[in-house]
Formats: sequence, structure tokens, C-alpha cells
Amino acid sequence: MSMMTSTADPRVVAESVTDPELPMISLSDLGVLRDVRIERDGSVVVEITPTYTGCPAMGVMRADLVHALHEAGFADVDVRTVLTPAWSTDWITPEGRRKLLEAGIAPPGLAPVRSEGPVPLQLGTTHRTASCPLCGSADTEELSEFSATACKALRRCRSCQEPFEHVKEI
Amino acid sequence: MAHEETVYDALDQAHGGEGHWAFGTGFDDPLAGVDTTVPDGVDPADLGAYCLMLGDDALVLAQRLTQWVTNAPELEEEVALANIALDLLGQARLLLARAGSVGVLGRSRTLAGDTIPDEDALAYFRDVDEFRSTALVVAPNGDFAQTIARLLVAATWRLALFARLRASRDPVLAAIAAKGVNELAYHRDHAGRWLLRLGDGTAESHQRAQAGVDAVWPLLADLFTATEVEARLTAAGVAVDPASVRDEVRSVLDEVLTRATLRLPAWPADAAPGGRLGRHGPELPALLEELQGLARTHPQATW
Repeated sequence: MSMMTSTADPRVVAESVTDPELPMISLSDLGVLRDVRIERDGSVVVEITPTYTGCPAMGVMRADLVHALHEAGFADVDVRTVLTPAWSTDWITPEGRRKLLEAGIAPPGLAPVRSEGPVPLQLGTTHRTASCPLCGSADTEELSEFSATACKALRRCRSCQEPFEHVKEI
Repeated sequence: MAHEETVYDALDQAHGGEGHWAFGTGFDDPLAGVDTTVPDGVDPADLGAYCLMLGDDALVLAQRLTQWVTNAPELEEEVALANIALDLLGQARLLLARAGSVGVLGRSRTLAGDTIPDEDALAYFRDVDEFRSTALVVAPNGDFAQTIARLLVAATWRLALFARLRASRDPVLAAIAAKGVNELAYHRDHAGRWLLRLGDGTAESHQRAQAGVDAVWPLLADLFTATEVEARLTAAGVAVDPASVRDEVRSVLDEVLTRATLRLPAWPADAAPGGRLGRHGPELPALLEELQGLARTHPQATW
């Protein structure tokens, strides 16, 4: 079997891999990277969790992780999917939020509280708010609950008039 | 290296540059590393059949919603419907992969090549009588109002089922449900807000919203009747008895319609399962022809 031939820390290597659709932020800062460990046989096991069930970037994330770890000298890499607990935007780190903001994307607020029972219906105007990542104004409106990727909504700033994306709370 | 290059390079390298099947989503196994052991006392054939029911509802509704792409009334709404379809397609992928993981592949495996992942084989190479989707999701879109009315019913019903499925004894199903609940709640809210806007909008939008609701309501008839598979799996703590979600679904739909100033149509009497047993009207073959036709004509195509 392949032996570990690297002196690098596989966690550091995996944490350097960025999200394919939000390349300004690492999988670690996104909360998608759940675990990195070296097994007794020297193989590296990486656990990732999908943001949205249909997120088409999962395959690329997996391939990017394997590639980065191979480059760092880890020959035997196993990337596993963890489905539970389900990903939450609350797992995006403060560093990740700062980088999103710098890239003009409003970071999410607190995710809705999850309970085991029925999910309450939200029929009013959306309770979501986000400050403009460009001018900082809190006076913004939602243009669409959906955007170019599964994880974002589209908003516009009433102060500077610029549209911007907002990572929606989930 | 520019990021745009690495995305495709990474996928290409992951497949040894040998080309990838030209259809489907199977860049990788969506259940890679997930423990797919079947819980004690559960018939794998039942579990697989149940996953097909839930998976086919998502797959077929995703296909219907995708038919709005390039046709939606406004660009933002087109993006919304496509995103909802993508969420559903993701749920379908996991559920069909779960069915495949317990060996439920029907005739698809003999038609699909060996290298095609289970979920793609099931989506592209099953015949119409092997599909387990309900009439609710198979029905054509109608106009935008009818599409929204159907989406509201489908999301409300599926959310109620998934909320309970979080406690399933099958850990894979429970995990898929827990993830799906967050997505479906968003879909239900979106459809509910649209119905309010249409119902309580202009005379024209009100009339069309009412017509859409009236057209969709009869499709509720078989949603709350368990098949034998569902009854056995409910007793085994794996599935949800569809009858147990009726009150919640009804109360949510009543609330939305009332606030949308729409008339509540008569609640249809419970009907025997139809689509769940593979009995479909003429709309499903036409939809599958669109979904499967190219892959079945060129089953060996790669890119």
C-alpha cells in the first residue's frame, strides 16, 4: 500500500482549498470541511458536507481536495461525504464572513432556529436583512430570493443603488 | 493557474482524462463514504422502492420546473424556479443513489452501461411503468399561476413528510430529509408568497390564481393513501404514513389560500395510489421522452 511520503500537515493543506463558486473563501471557512485525519495506514481521510443537496460544486470540491493533497505528497486520499448534521450558514467562520464582505457579497445573518416539529410558514415580506457590502447602508431590499448559485439571494441597496448578492441563512 | 481552469482540470483529472458519460450528474458518488447499511428488520427491496417514490417526485417536478427556463415571466423568477429545481434534483440524486445502494435498479441496469452511476441509470434508463411519481408532480405546468399552485402543494406535502422522516430508522433517509427540510421550507415560503401576490393582486391575476388552484386540487386525492410498501416501512419506523401529514398540509394550504383571498376548492376524497404503483397518464411518457431521449439514443456518449 502507498505510504505517507509527506511531512506536510494534511489539515493545513485541506484548509487551503477554496470553494469553486466562492473562490475568495476556503472550504474550511465555509464550514464544508468537517474533518481531516491520517489513518494508521497513512491514508488521509477528509470529510465534507454539501451546502445544498443539489450543489453541483461537490464533485469539484472533492477533486480539488484530492489534487491538493496529492500535490502535497499524500498518495492515498479518501474524501467522504457527511450528510448529517445538515450544513448551516452559522458554520461560516468570522474569517469567511470577512472575506465574503470584501468580495462584495453580504454574509448571512443567524440561521433560523431548527426544531423537530412542523416548520412555520413565512408569508410576509422576507424577514431577512443584509447591509450593503459596498457602502454599508442598512437600507436594502430583496430583489430575488434566489441568485446565481443555490446558496445566495439577490438584493439591492437603496442608498447607493448597487445590486449585491447575499448568502442566505439556512 | 486561473481558478476557471482548475475547476475543469480537477474534474478531468479525477476521471483520468478518459472522458465522462455525457449525461446525468454523476461526477462523483453522492453517497461516497456514507454508511449505507440497511437497518435491522427492513426489506431492502421495500426501502429501495420507497426511495424511488420520494426520488421520482423530486426528479419529475425538477424536470417540470426546468421547463420554465427561458419562459418565466421575469428573469429573477426564472432563476428561482431553476434553483428550486436544482435543490429537488439534488434530493432525487441522493434518493435514487440510496435505492441503488440497496440493489433496487429495476430494468435500468441492463440498459445502462456498467460505468453509469446508479442514480443516472435509474433516472435515464427506467421505463414509464417503473416510475413511482405521483400525478401531482407529473401534471403539466399550465400557466405560471398553476405552476405556483402546484409548487405550493408539492412543497407543503413534501416538507411535512420530510420533517417526520428526520426520525426515520434509516440513517441515510433521515439525513437526506434533515437537509431537505431547510430547502423545502424555502420553496414553500416562495410559492406561498407568490400565491398571495397573485391571489390578492389584479382581477386577472386573481382569476388565474383561482383557476390554477382549482386545476391542482384534484391532484391531492392520492397523496395521503399509503401503498403496501409505505405501510410496511411505516410499521418498521423507516417511512412516514402519508395519512399522518394530511391535517398539517390542509391547514397550511387553507391559511395561504385564505390570505390570498382565494376560494378553497372542495378537498378531494382519498383515492387509491396510482402513480406510486407505476400507473400514469399520457403526460409522463412525454416528459420522460424529453428527459431520457438523448441519453437513450446515445447511451455510450462521453465528453
